[in-house]
Amino acid sequence: MTVMKSFLGAAATLALCAGAALAEPALIYDLGGKFDKSFNEAAYNGAQRWADETGNSFRDIELQSEAQREQALRRFAEAGMNPVVTTGFSMSTPIANVAGDYPDTKFVTIDGYVDPEEHPNVKSILFSEHQGSYLVGMLAAMASDSGTVGFVGGMDIPLIRKFACGYAQGVKAVNPDATVIANMTGTTPAAWNDPVKGSELATAQISQGADVIFAAAGGTGLGVLQTAADEDILSIGVDSNQNYLHPGKVLTSMLKRVDVATYDAMTAGPDLETGVEVLGLAENGVGYALDDNNKDLITDEMKSAAEEAKQKIIDGEIEVHDYSSDDSCPALSF
Amino acid sequence: MDFLTLIQVLDSTVRLATPLLLACLAGLFSERSGIIDIGLEGKMLAAAFFSAAIAYVSGSVWMGLLAGIAASMAFSFIHGLASITFRGNQLISGVALNFLASGVTVLIAQDWFGQGGRTPSLLAGGRFEPITLPFAEALRDVPVLGPLYYELISGHTILVYVAFLMVPLTWWVLFQTRFGLRLRAVGEAPEAVDTAGVSVVGLRFAAIVIAGVLCGLAGSYLSTGLQAGFVREMTAGRGYIALAALIFAKWRPWYALWACLLFGLLQAVALRYQNIDLGAFVIPVQVMDALPYILTVVILAGFVGRAIPPRAGGEPYVKER
Repeated sequence: MTVMKSFLGAAATLALCAGAALAEPALIYDLGGKFDKSFNEAAYNGAQRWADETGNSFRDIELQSEAQREQALRRFAEAGMNPVVTTGFSMSTPIANVAGDYPDTKFVTIDGYVDPEEHPNVKSILFSEHQGSYLVGMLAAMASDSGTVGFVGGMDIPLIRKFACGYAQGVKAVNPDATVIANMTGTTPAAWNDPVKGSELATAQISQGADVIFAAAGGTGLGVLQTAADEDILSIGVDSNQNYLHPGKVLTSMLKRVDVATYDAMTAGPDLETGVEVLGLAENGVGYALDDNNKDLITDEMKSAAEEAKQKIIDGEIEVHDYSSDDSCPALSF
Repeated sequence: MDFLTLIQVLDSTVRLATPLLLACLAGLFSERSGIIDIGLEGKMLAAAFFSAAIAYVSGSVWMGLLAGIAASMAFSFIHGLASITFRGNQLISGVALNFLASGVTVLIAQDWFGQGGRTPSLLAGGRFEPITLPFAEALRDVPVLGPLYYELISGHTILVYVAFLMVPLTWWVLFQTRFGLRLRAVGEAPEAVDTAGVSVVGLRFAAIVIAGVLCGLAGSYLSTGLQAGFVREMTAGRGYIALAALIFAKWRPWYALWACLLFGLLQAVALRYQNIDLGAFVIPVQVMDALPYILTVVILAGFVGRAIPPRAGGEPYVKER
């Protein structure tokens, strides 16, 4: 027993020393998984770009269950990883629980919010999703012939409602008479990975007249995009550029530059500036995707209208209502 | 709600009920023979992955279907080995299979395709295409019956029709054949079957092989019929809803059909109408999502007749010496 104890102790010390010497950054993906072609994959791409450019390496883990969140944070912090970058709003509570125990480690929560007063070693990165969604909403309304557009959300959480609300406002800005059909897939994390339900939701929206559907639903969104392509209507991807999934059928993608946020955090390393940072249109934190796959779908007219609105939002001329500011949406009822 | 909307909701019901029905019938065969099968979810998931993967690699959806059935049968065989041959706990074996499927599908998918636990999107030929039944186009303009036939009955993939044909077939096998009588007997009183000189182990293995085939069809339908590829955890709890439907149906084939259609309808309505406004009050969508489970609890509590499971269910058979 004592032999075992000292052996374990030695191993732990060794691990700690090794970790402290390296100070590699670490990345924790949310339950959607590393290659979700969306949010987490964007984080991975940013980290990989950092690794390729600097020649350094990073460690990462894909969470399999809720219970692993705190455990993964502690494992990385104890191994001397710095900073520990996490994706997903669900990480904010575990980080708040853990951060105090590792004052020398910097934690980054992308999409989450941790009170900077209480936890000075945490950086919260938030995105102005409502601004980006507003722009794709405008594009959707301009591309729609029927005057009805759809929205499919993943799990019903305030963040996804923020997407829906910005989208609806953009649609109404172009066509005040337009109808926005908004559906949520479910109320459990399984709602992020249920393409079958996504397809059914898309089918239901199409039969109600929708001819452009914006999917902000992780893996579920792949079902939405598939059905939209099969039924020959347009869809809008989310987080990463998803235009390539069905070339010519995906109108655009609402980009959330999680990759840039991850890249910047890793570049800053242990000297990372903590606090709360909000990335909006002005910081190029959100936007819409233009590439070869959708160049025939976005006319110059649509593009210039979107660019004009973008400038107005940056200048403060257009105020896009943020659902999470007061839990209500003027353009859409849930 | 106009007529066309009703048809569309029912159409969606059929699509959503099909995987439930196949899994439910799989569970029915298994549990009627005295083997409780929690692993429906895992078998469906494994089948969904292997049918999508093989359909992608070979370009033929039929090869995919065969691979899906084979994968599901392999899982059935493990379940049989653990719970029949070695008389292990059937619940634990089933739960273990669910976890195994959840992990192994993502692992193999990542190794083969490198797309993070999913298969690439299937192209035409790798997917089951909807079948337009004869005269569907011609009858389309006939009032009421036309849309009913064209939208609701026609235009599904072949697996949907197979699933619905499985109901009378299951009834016939279980209640009209000697094999069915023995299968039911082995779930009620295996010692009696053994006394009559019929192999309990053989019958139970036969039942779970049938269950494997049906789960294979269900999984294939998810990934190659409804979707064009596999996504991790894409069964999203349908195996458990099928188990609930099985209890709801009191382990009978025709009841299983109605239970699955009811659960499918609840899902379809929940997907079509987020919150149902009844004027006086609003039913939130979460209530619709929870209803299958609430109904099952009501049934189990004995409000709508009693649900009596096969008597020998869950107990490994030990021959008396």
